[in-house]
Amino acid sequence: MRAPVAARRGPAPEATAFPRLLGGLGSDGAPVDLEAHLARWGAAPVASAGADLIDKLSASGVTGHGGAWFPVATKWDSIPHGRFSRPVVVANGAEGEPASGKDAFLLTRLPHLVLDGLSLAAAALEASQAVVYVPGPLVRMVEAAVDARRHRGLDPVGIQVIAAPDRFIAGQESSVVSILNGRREALPSFIGIEPIRTRGVNNRPTLVQNVETLAHVALIARFGPTWYRGLGTEQSPGTMLVTVTGRWAAPVVMEAPLGMPLRDVLDLSPGEAENYLGALLGGYGGGWVTMSTLMSLPLSEPAARQAHSSLGAGVVALLPRTVCPLAEVARVVSYMDEQAAGQCGPCIHGLAGLAQLTQALAFRPSALPGGTRSILDVCDLVDGRGACRHPDGVARFVRSALAVFTDEVTSHLQGRPCQLTNARGVLPCPRPDAIQSVGGGRW
Amino acid sequence: MVRRKLTLVVDPILCDGHGVCAELFPERVSMDPWGFPIVDNEDIPVQLEDHAQRAVSSCPRLALHLVERRQSSGRAGRKEKHPAS
Repeated sequence: MRAPVAARRGPAPEATAFPRLLGGLGSDGAPVDLEAHLARWGAAPVASAGADLIDKLSASGVTGHGGAWFPVATKWDSIPHGRFSRPVVVANGAEGEPASGKDAFLLTRLPHLVLDGLSLAAAALEASQAVVYVPGPLVRMVEAAVDARRHRGLDPVGIQVIAAPDRFIAGQESSVVSILNGRREALPSFIGIEPIRTRGVNNRPTLVQNVETLAHVALIARFGPTWYRGLGTEQSPGTMLVTVTGRWAAPVVMEAPLGMPLRDVLDLSPGEAENYLGALLGGYGGGWVTMSTLMSLPLSEPAARQAHSSLGAGVVALLPRTVCPLAEVARVVSYMDEQAAGQCGPCIHGLAGLAQLTQALAFRPSALPGGTRSILDVCDLVDGRGACRHPDGVARFVRSALAVFTDEVTSHLQGRPCQLTNARGVLPCPRPDAIQSVGGGRW
Repeated sequence: MVRRKLTLVVDPILCDGHGVCAELFPERVSMDPWGFPIVDNEDIPVQLEDHAQRAVSSCPRLALHLVERRQSSGRAGRKEKHPAS
């Protein structure tokens, strides 16, 4: 039974109206159902989505929000499509990063923006299969949203919902493809020879796109590139979702215009900044920055890169003065070692080595006669040597920590470790056996 | 005619660190402390191509590939070849 769905009536929302994605949420943050979604945004222009949608995405300058910041139009353009090649499109909501919660937040509160984006991608690329890949606890909820849409005939291609395993690397593009190809484990594969965009799921061209990116696509398709560029900067247009840890009592997911000073995003005065040792941008594959760098940094990937970090999937974690930063680093590196796929020799040996060396730096610095040189050497040895980017991320995390926490490194190596090495850690490192069903309530 | 530019790529999942490549082609392959190859991704000059080819075909795991370097025009413009196949 299909009821016709009207396109949105009335003028487009102001280009400077903010928040955008989260603008549809009520003050209680309750999930937005299909009726409320259609009343606010109207139906997505799926029927007319073709090459001109890719042109719109190109003009909008939107980039991927899963962590790689790759231009969306370039990615879609690189996927062969047409009569002889029907691609698979995947909305990636695996979000294996424990310090990130924005994708789960978006999927539980605003699933229809994501599903609109997925159907737009399917239409523009003439895909014959569309998949939403989300953590197990979110599957039923997303399925219910898909069902509601089916009754209204909103999606040209049937949408399948598939559970992502609960592990850090589950969201790596090639891990996603391995699960969709029926493997039981989310293991990355070597894509140096045949990129997933041309040979992915069932050897078909495959688009794996982060769920937040698809939500932005859903609005760009409706309101156009000029509207999208009404917020953000020339180089980094639009808005992004950010997960902030350590600033307030609980982690908070928020939306912010790109280019906004991070001190404003975090509502942090110079006095308050004194309460923190440093900040981690981009999560466990991102990089540490000093508080003075953070206070002068705009929210943009090029700026974060210049500071030897990355915004990654939008994680900002502030480290309070109540913990030992080197103990935090050691805990996270051990977690990242446990979470590795264990497929590539340099990563297996290198991450185990880094876990051991960072433990030594935090707890037994006398066991590190060579100081940090030995740690940096192992970082160089793992960088770029895995099938996926997992080891590269750990290398950046460790290198940046050694550069930012220089005072602590010096005092540890001089035999004066801080008194806080046994303080309760603040960066989340879920134990594999202690992972709970998180549902939408984690944040 | 411009000669195609070849470079070596190792599949780190297949590689078990047998070390044959470093033995046969030290010009571009060295060993890390754990016995896994560090492959220099510089272009391979024509006079070294035979050595590279031998390293590729001698790998017991078939983990080493000689590939045509990707065009700088983007990741879509790839043209690779498995000379071993």
